[in-house]
Amino acid sequence: MAAHSSSHAAGGEELNYLNWKTGLWSWLSSTDHKRICFLYLYSIMVFFILGGIAALIMRTELATAGPTIPSIVKDPHTYNVFFTMHGVFMIFLFVVPGIPATLGNFLIPLMIGAKDVAFPRLNLFSWYLYVFGALCGGIAMMNPVDTGWTFYAPYSTTTSTNVSLMVFAAFILGFSSILTGLNFLVTIHQLRAPGMTWMRLPVFIWASYATAVIQTVATPVVGMTLLLVIAERVFGAGIFDPTKGGDPVLMEHLFWFYSHPVVYIMVLPAFGVVGEIIPVFSRKPLFGYQMVVYSSVAIAAVGFIVWAHHMFVAGISDFSAKFFSIVTFLVAVPTAIKVFNWVSTMYKGSISFKTPMLYAMSFVFLFMVAGTTGIYLAMLGVDVYYHDTYFVVAHFHYTIQGGAVIGLIAALHMWFPKMSGKMYNETASKTAFAMLFIGFNLTFIPQFILGMDGMPRRYYDYPVEYQTLHTLSTIGAYLNGLGYMFALLNLAWTAKYGKVKAPRNPYNSKGLEWQTASPPPHENFDTQPVVTEDPYNYGTPHHA
Amino acid sequence: MAHGNHHSHDEVGHVVPESLFLKVLIALLVLTVVTVAAAQVDLGKWNIVGALAIATVKASLVIYFFMHGKYENRIIWTYILIPFILLAIMIGGVFTDDPFRSRPQPVQVTQQS
Amino acid sequence: MGKDKDVMSSNAAVAEHHHVAPGDPPHIHHMDSKTAYGAAKLGMWLFLATEVLLFAVMFCSFAIMRYYHLSEFHDASHHLNLKLGALNTAVLLFSSYTAAVAVTKAQRGDNKGVIRNFGISFACGLIFLVVKTIEYTGKAEHGMFPFVWNEHFYEYKNFLGLYYCMTGLHALHVIIGMAVMYIYGIRPAMHNRYSGRYYTPVELGALYWHLVDLIWIYLFPLLYLVG
Repeated sequence: MAAHSSSHAAGGEELNYLNWKTGLWSWLSSTDHKRICFLYLYSIMVFFILGGIAALIMRTELATAGPTIPSIVKDPHTYNVFFTMHGVFMIFLFVVPGIPATLGNFLIPLMIGAKDVAFPRLNLFSWYLYVFGALCGGIAMMNPVDTGWTFYAPYSTTTSTNVSLMVFAAFILGFSSILTGLNFLVTIHQLRAPGMTWMRLPVFIWASYATAVIQTVATPVVGMTLLLVIAERVFGAGIFDPTKGGDPVLMEHLFWFYSHPVVYIMVLPAFGVVGEIIPVFSRKPLFGYQMVVYSSVAIAAVGFIVWAHHMFVAGISDFSAKFFSIVTFLVAVPTAIKVFNWVSTMYKGSISFKTPMLYAMSFVFLFMVAGTTGIYLAMLGVDVYYHDTYFVVAHFHYTIQGGAVIGLIAALHMWFPKMSGKMYNETASKTAFAMLFIGFNLTFIPQFILGMDGMPRRYYDYPVEYQTLHTLSTIGAYLNGLGYMFALLNLAWTAKYGKVKAPRNPYNSKGLEWQTASPPPHENFDTQPVVTEDPYNYGTPHHA
Repeated sequence: MAHGNHHSHDEVGHVVPESLFLKVLIALLVLTVVTVAAAQVDLGKWNIVGALAIATVKASLVIYFFMHGKYENRIIWTYILIPFILLAIMIGGVFTDDPFRSRPQPVQVTQQS
Repeated sequence: MGKDKDVMSSNAAVAEHHHVAPGDPPHIHHMDSKTAYGAAKLGMWLFLATEVLLFAVMFCSFAIMRYYHLSEFHDASHHLNLKLGALNTAVLLFSSYTAAVAVTKAQRGDNKGVIRNFGISFACGLIFLVVKTIEYTGKAEHGMFPFVWNEHFYEYKNFLGLYYCMTGLHALHVIIGMAVMYIYGIRPAMHNRYSGRYYTPVELGALYWHLVDLIWIYLFPLLYLVG
């Protein structure tokens, strides 16, 4: 890949996208995809912290049987409010925009050799929509919603809390997501550099493409469903409310029609990130590139026909439950293909255990746990027992935290030199990784056992027999939280005060984004890059 | 719509003559009359099948001619068809459920606001 | 802003390269015009796909509710005014035709033709909304409207609830479509902006208007004819 760019100003300071304009307004009005990445990054981190605090409050309350912190968690309703806050903030405001809106924004144009996304102003507009939705959500929490993030009818259509405003916020956030996805789809279709054929696209681009398809075509479904919830609340449309002849389970169907694919919005980009990291740090071509590509597309497609496996105990018919149980097993096939590909890439590679690689390897491990426990839950008979227990909670967090969030942190480390122009401190990052990894497993392994012992989820209190495991889980949660704090503060501090300047291509990667300056100039590349070979040609004779 | 900062494209897309559009309009109006007429006859469940079939013919005419679908490439056709496929999956999936369970009985409400 | 002006003025070449202007303009040669046209069109079709899926939820709900309340749906649908519904169908089909013609006019550089044809579509949109208002007020007088439900029609509520959600959202799209036709079609055409080389907004505006028509093509038989 021959793309040489230099953006040296004639005298002194080197101009890049970070410093070519200054002032807060130059950021808030910027249509530069690299700057929009940071707008999203800072905003989603606010909600990551708020959602994290809600989680720690719940874990503190659950540390001992009986009331633990009655001054904060007064009653079960308050506890419900905290888990709703945790769910809504983490899902709608942190993980869904998560990798696509931040790293996707930053990397897609760079990786395909474009100057920006297809519709830069629409891209900025998406961020403002996100902010508007976030404000609505924040205001809705003044009269806190206690439905959980799934807004199940008929409770959501009858409770007196601020559900209408909260689901409206989710609707707006959905539109932000739709417009981002649409923008990426058009970008990938139209703006690839000369020579960047579909089978030369980095796997992160393929993963982002599959993600963008889901964002664009699944999100409207939940948006409309939530509007119908508002219609039901405001004038009794008689669609979801059983007292008016409606069908509440229909709402659950429509909700999961989006919200199952949405877990692939969360985790597919993380697959892409891992697929980028492993070849670089193993110095080997990605094993089975085409299979990785097709499995991304297959996951996105299969994701649309398995939704009712979230509803096995919600009162759906036996026939429906059997059908969705069987098709759910299909998901395991493409995901397993991906795991085999990552592991085979590492096999006999010359692996260097840099921080991004550690995160990527832990991702593979954690996602394996998530995937195999997912198979338990796909089994109808087993799920009926496990469904409303901590087993599901643990499985979900292995998927989303162990998958999507670890993927995001891995990506932030991987592309940190490119984004900030600095090198992070390897020792500090590895320490943070260790805390995070141990804390995470300490939180959720006890929850698997709790679930198998029959501890129901969403409960404010429990019999004293469960206390040891709950206490362990709480300790783990605090360690996990500290790990995240340390990892992120380390990056933030380095970006601002770090002394070690990052070279153009510190990992000796073949990716197009590494061929331009660190940080890149406003225009990304000074000359139009032309792509002449496949993306992961490591270890071939002339690319040692 | 954001469309970059260039206000011209070199190749003119397919120019469809107005006369063709007029023919399509007449066809659409005729089909509307047909569907209204057909609804006056009680054909049982075939009423809805017929009405939706005619509507689909009309929709196809609109997409194919009015919306220039005839001249679009495979990518655009993919994204024309995806929503309809998803709608079919959605309805199909929900219908694996409701017809196979007991009907929810409406609760008698005495006070109506 | 002061600081970056200093940086810029210190190097004319860089300043030219980054074309300093307020508000961070799009990149020079971000896309060539043909790519921009393709991108805009693909973007619009994707957006239309999301719109179809918004309505898909209500079509799915309609199917299920109709399954549960078949006879009520049948009776309730006879309370709708078939004549007004058919009139609105014809009005929308005709407006769709003129919108399609407007694109041809734009491609031929006939800005007056764009104004004329989009103007007719716009007027048809107004007629549609007036007729819809007449229908709604008629329903409200009989207590078949949100907030003024008459106990007598209680069993029609599922049908009418969906009817108002579907037609209400559709009417909102009519209004948006009219705004799009005015802002991106009629107004620029008044300044003779369109030619055979550039007519993207006319085509996109027309696409949006056809979608409005497309949705109605399904709403009309479902709501007014078979119920």
